[in-house]
Amino acid sequence: MSEPVLAGLLGLLVVLALVALTAADLLLAAIALGGYGFVMALIWAAIGAVDVAFTEAVVGAGATTVFFLAALLRTARHRSPVPGRMRWLAAVVAAGTGLALAAVSSALPPWGDPSSAPARHVSPRYLERALAETATPNVVTAVLADYRGYDTLLETVVIVTAGLGCWLLLRRDGE
Amino acid sequence: MIERDDSVIVTVFVRFVAPLANLFALYVLLHGHYSPGGGFQAGVILGATRILQALALGREALGAPWHGPRLLAVAAAGALLYLLTGVAGFRDGGAFLDYGVLPLPATPVKARYIGILLIETGVTAAVAATLIAIFDRLAVRERR
Repeated sequence: MSEPVLAGLLGLLVVLALVALTAADLLLAAIALGGYGFVMALIWAAIGAVDVAFTEAVVGAGATTVFFLAALLRTARHRSPVPGRMRWLAAVVAAGTGLALAAVSSALPPWGDPSSAPARHVSPRYLERALAETATPNVVTAVLADYRGYDTLLETVVIVTAGLGCWLLLRRDGE
Repeated sequence: MIERDDSVIVTVFVRFVAPLANLFALYVLLHGHYSPGGGFQAGVILGATRILQALALGREALGAPWHGPRLLAVAAAGALLYLLTGVAGFRDGGAFLDYGVLPLPATPVKARYIGILLIETGVTAAVAATLIAIFDRLAVRERR
């Protein structure tokens, strides 16, 4: 994908984030966050991370938005004012983190650089051997489910535990 | 409480789309070996479809294992399927999560292929049931 399109998507991302942050109507903020997730999915797809794009589209744009909408049903649709001092503190922390990240971003390897550290470690072995060892042409699936099966097992346990926690926290009186 | 939507357009559309979305989730799960997708994405699509049905057709339309505490059992069963597949790797002195030694009538490479499918199925069940469980709790506003 061409650079101007990517820059346009990144700009749209900033606009949607600002809308979500400033909207007084939280329904609008939830929908803007859903749009944010969708644009993010487009960006992942544009830089070749199709599996991540797929996940972002179904989770970021889909499931999370529905959860926000359902949460709005149970709470209020308009935000309550944040104390002034907290706002300044939050602004300083957010701006500081953003500036720090921007300052070190020039140290990242160029995108797609085959000689960068992550591309030289275990990735070549996975790319060369995954098909012969697991009969799975999609290397992402082979890595997630087989080579890194331990991680994915514990991620699944985390998801179930999180669901159990939500289930217990959101119970109604008398249950 | 989520009630059945009164709009004919919404209910007919959801009745039409839900089976197709479920079919797509199955495709994403089974075809994850060859194309983007896999257990997690399939689980989210399956869960989102059920949530869509609950929003449009009412919570009762979901049917048996899809609401109440049974969802938690489905989610835990998914994680358990993953864990047991991993433990089966200890067979014949193998390693945890080594699907190559699974007791299957297949070569080690094909056994790994089937092992991946087994654990992806577990992930699908865990993710879908967890999503529906959280939504089920969020959407039910008051006791009747």
